[in-house]
Amino acid sequence: MSAPNKSYDPVEVEALKPEVVEQARDEAVAAFAAASTLDELKQAKVAHTGDRSALSLANREIGALPPHAKAAAGKLIGQARGAVNQALAKRQVELEAERDARVLVEEAVDVTLPYDRAPRGARHPLTTLAERIEDTFVAMGYQVAEGPEVEAEWLNFDALNLGPDHPARSMQDTFFVQAPDGSADSGVVLRTQTSPVQARTLLDREPPVYVVCPGRVYRTDELDATHTPVFRQVEGLAVDEGITFADLKGTIEVLVEKLIGGGLELRWRPSYFPFTEPSAEIDLQCFVCRGESVGNPDRPCRTCSSEGWIELGGCGVVNPRVLVACGVDPNRYSGFAFGLGLERILMNRHNVADMRDMVEGDVRFTLPFGMEI
Amino acid sequence: MRVPLSWLREYVDLPAGETGRDVAERLVRAGLEVETVEQLGGDLKGPLVVGEVLSIEELTGFKKPIRHCFVNVGDANGTGEPQEIVCGATNFAVGDKVVVVLPGAVLPGPFPISARQTYGQTSAGMICSARELGMGDDHDGIIVLPPEFEPGTDAIELLQLVDEVLDIAVTPDRGYCLSLRGVAREAAAAYGLPLADPALLDVPPANSFGYLVKVADPAGCDRFVARTVVGVDPTAKSPIWLQRRLQKAGIRPISLTVDITNYVMLEVGQPLHAYDKQRVEGPITVRRAEQGETLTTLDGVKRTLSAEDLLICDNSGPIGLAGVMGGASTEILDPAAGPGTTEVIIEAAHFDAVAIARAAKRHKLPSEASKRFERGVDPEAARAAAQRAVDLLVLIAGGTAEAGVTDIAAPHPVRTITIAADLPDRVAGTAYGRETVTRRLQEIGCSVAGADILEVTPPTWRPDLTDPYDLAEEVIRLEGYDNVPARMPNVPPGKGLTEAQRTHRRIGVALAGAGYVEVNNYPFLGESAFEALGLEPEDRRRRTVKLVNPLNDEEPALRTTLLPGLLGALRRNVGRGNTDLAIYETGTVFLPKDELTVAPRPAVDHRPSNEELAELDAALPDQPRRVAVALAGERLPSGWWGQGAQAFWADAVEAARTVARAAGVELTVRQGQQAPWHPGRCAELLVAGTDRVVGHAGELHPRVVKALGLPARTSAMEVDIDLLTADGAEKVNGPAVSGFPVATQDVALIVDAAVPAADVEAALRSGAGELLEAIRLFDVFTGEQVGEGRKSLAYALRFRAADRTLTAEEATAAREAAVAEAVARTGAVLRGA
Ligand SMILES: [Zn+2]
Repeated sequence: MSAPNKSYDPVEVEALKPEVVEQARDEAVAAFAAASTLDELKQAKVAHTGDRSALSLANREIGALPPHAKAAAGKLIGQARGAVNQALAKRQVELEAERDARVLVEEAVDVTLPYDRAPRGARHPLTTLAERIEDTFVAMGYQVAEGPEVEAEWLNFDALNLGPDHPARSMQDTFFVQAPDGSADSGVVLRTQTSPVQARTLLDREPPVYVVCPGRVYRTDELDATHTPVFRQVEGLAVDEGITFADLKGTIEVLVEKLIGGGLELRWRPSYFPFTEPSAEIDLQCFVCRGESVGNPDRPCRTCSSEGWIELGGCGVVNPRVLVACGVDPNRYSGFAFGLGLERILMNRHNVADMRDMVEGDVRFTLPFGMEI
Repeated sequence: MRVPLSWLREYVDLPAGETGRDVAERLVRAGLEVETVEQLGGDLKGPLVVGEVLSIEELTGFKKPIRHCFVNVGDANGTGEPQEIVCGATNFAVGDKVVVVLPGAVLPGPFPISARQTYGQTSAGMICSARELGMGDDHDGIIVLPPEFEPGTDAIELLQLVDEVLDIAVTPDRGYCLSLRGVAREAAAAYGLPLADPALLDVPPANSFGYLVKVADPAGCDRFVARTVVGVDPTAKSPIWLQRRLQKAGIRPISLTVDITNYVMLEVGQPLHAYDKQRVEGPITVRRAEQGETLTTLDGVKRTLSAEDLLICDNSGPIGLAGVMGGASTEILDPAAGPGTTEVIIEAAHFDAVAIARAAKRHKLPSEASKRFERGVDPEAARAAAQRAVDLLVLIAGGTAEAGVTDIAAPHPVRTITIAADLPDRVAGTAYGRETVTRRLQEIGCSVAGADILEVTPPTWRPDLTDPYDLAEEVIRLEGYDNVPARMPNVPPGKGLTEAQRTHRRIGVALAGAGYVEVNNYPFLGESAFEALGLEPEDRRRRTVKLVNPLNDEEPALRTTLLPGLLGALRRNVGRGNTDLAIYETGTVFLPKDELTVAPRPAVDHRPSNEELAELDAALPDQPRRVAVALAGERLPSGWWGQGAQAFWADAVEAARTVARAAGVELTVRQGQQAPWHPGRCAELLVAGTDRVVGHAGELHPRVVKALGLPARTSAMEVDIDLLTADGAEKVNGPAVSGFPVATQDVALIVDAAVPAADVEAALRSGAGELLEAIRLFDVFTGEQVGEGRKSLAYALRFRAADRTLTAEEATAAREAAVAEAVARTGAVLRGA
């Protein structure tokens, strides 16, 4: 390298001639553009921006220039190097993008492959149906009450105005529990309804009482397509000042709308239950045929057996005798009660043809219902 | 109660166009449960006519008797020539009048009739049986009509084959609707039409020369009417109209006298009994039975009587079980089997409902009579019913009514109910007004007096009306439930689900989320279930609650464990080709108390005392809620992603932990021994920090697997949720999450194979102190390198401080302290040391 020379003219240094610098710049830019892989680009980078590259060498010459010439030469080289670096970066980005795209293509998989590595579970639709009904009432302000399945006869029958000789008592085919001496006089049965839970609630708390009572109940029916000896009910009870049949109707209407949907007619048929008076059976207009199958053999309806109505359950105004037996003053309080059979609702709401499917525990039946209903 | 529409119209002048379905709809809205409307003869088409058998040729050479007949059908066949018919029945003779169906007709089925060749003859029609005409299926023989009908007469009309029958399920409070009279009354009210009451008859007053009757138990029998008819033609047959009405109502015609008593019972609701007067010895007495007395009832069964049974007796002893069934010794005699009955005593009595209900139950004899007495019969209808039967015997059987009329009546207080005129309004939540209330009560037969406070006397056929609410119900139902408005009660703010209810839901959700499918099994089981589980004879689970009347004698007990039902469901699924299974059940088990008692039956006219209520509960078994799972097959399936995993004991233990986590409770696991689990693969599950065992989990004993036909290595878990959650969920305090770096150190320890991993981990935790953030067992190794009867446990320890970056020295010191504790407590040796 030569020593600084104050009279030295930059134009006379070959490497700093503008046409030489421009050529070096253009060669570098061309080399980068020509690189088709990141490796080639790397080589071009070493060749055109490395220590031995033309521009680096030229840059070094600047130091030897007289002070007045340094600025112009520096500017010349700086601009060239800026252009070269910009071209390099641009190409680098381009080639990396090309590489990434190639790798992602190579990593592609068949996303339609089936994957059942994590086992699937499900809750029984009767469980989730009960919860849905419970939630409807909890949202209205009710509480959920539960009680024992093996129950005192007094609570299952007597307290509900079903005395020992009441004809309705033989209507319900009851499982009796053996007494300690092996006889039937234990005073204990498998509850035939969840109503004893209502009685327990009234015995337990002061009105106002608003409860729903879900649970398993028992009758001595053989299992077939439409009967099961063990089934589920949800009963409801409201005891407060001024409760009337009208309150019952409004409450059931809300439940039906939440559970099945609106726009369906309800039919209230007078009926008889010892624990309510007046008593009613509630029929829901068939939501499949909307009654159009009645007397119309060309359009039979399986859901309602072409009756046009589906039995939803029984209900009524609580018989004051029940209130008395449970220690509630019938002159101050009145109430309503209703009971729904969940199996029947499930059959209708979800087109289940055979009740046996609900009790046999075949996982193929339950799985499609998932976690909610 | 089966009600033929044609019969009903006799008492209510229903509009001519009303169909059975129309009438049913009205009755349903008034509270009668009309189950079906049967169309009799709906698809029947004539010609169906009376025929006279002219000749019978017995064809031979066939497997059964075949008759080739010529029958005079008048002009019904268009030619007047005898009709040639082949018939397979033999219960008719030349000259008999029969029912002939001609070609072109259609019998119920539908079953079209045409002329055809059969047994080498032409058969242009059929001689019909009752079954073929849809009249009833009690016998196959063809119908032989009384001789008075002309050949060619239309038999569809004659036999009243086209009708509609309403089948009504009568609720216990409406005993009066077990009669045409009662149903007609409801129909009349529903249509606003007058009722022609069949019990409104002229009856001669009681006198002293009727058949002698003594009522020794007026509480059991408060009314006894007896009438006698003599000179009855024992060969007289029930006329067709009578037989047809009985058949349509579902009662088989038997003999004229019996048919008449049944007919009157259907008509006015009063059960009657007919005695052969010549077989009754001396006066009739009504009394309770003496212990050990016997009676042979009409069905031929000799019954030993209970002292509670109410009896009809004569000098020979019991001749009837009152209100339930008559005795054989005074039965009306069939003239086919000797001299028939010519003198009849008709009994129309009123018996105590409870006495009859108990007797029918005790002797397992639910009869048409007992069904009515149980639900309440109109005591004032007895005289009319007896009169009606007498009239029919006279009319049809040519008898003579004797002048004596016996009528013993215990005095009846008049039942009056006081009701506020606005009670129906208050019950229904609407405004009917006093006039409507009064009118509706009068419509059902009540007499009503008063203004704001009404004095109401219910009719004698409504024993169910006893208090003001009964009357309010009548008004509301007759006004129509559909006309009651709907509104919502003002429910005070609720408290939502209880903690226990939320926990039960979470447990279900957690198990389902972990891949378990819920099943619900019946809780019934028998000894064989316990045998299969290999329970020891003294195992507490063998102490069960037993049923008096199980569905299946093999399964008389209630479950004390969920496993039998759950494993049954598992096997059922396997049998159906569902091989990879994880199922769960939640539900109660039934555990008898140590001291067994009988539940009392307190009075119902006031709240029982707390002591009485406690006694009720003391008689019930404990009924804790359990959860159980069972697994078999692949827990994690193999697939294109690689190898899966078979379900095994650890999955069952993990299911218990899943349950515990859902309940917010920490479990401790230790080696256990409990049937039906594998003795070496059974985990005993405890609430952490307590001695409370809440359940077991693991692989089932191979013997159990074999006995129950389960897949090899079936695993199961059962946990008592009530025990698990007895202390409630632990309150979680938010942890202070350290932002300083973690220091990880591994350690491998060799211990005796019998040392539980849980103990080693507990020692490490305790020794490591509070710098230990987490510990994880990542390998278990056995083999030569670690020595016979030994195992190597490899742990990854993560250390972190809350307030600083740990130095390597600090982490190492903590690890060494952990190892030292494990060495001290479990005899562990540091591997590679
Ligand atoms: Zn339908």
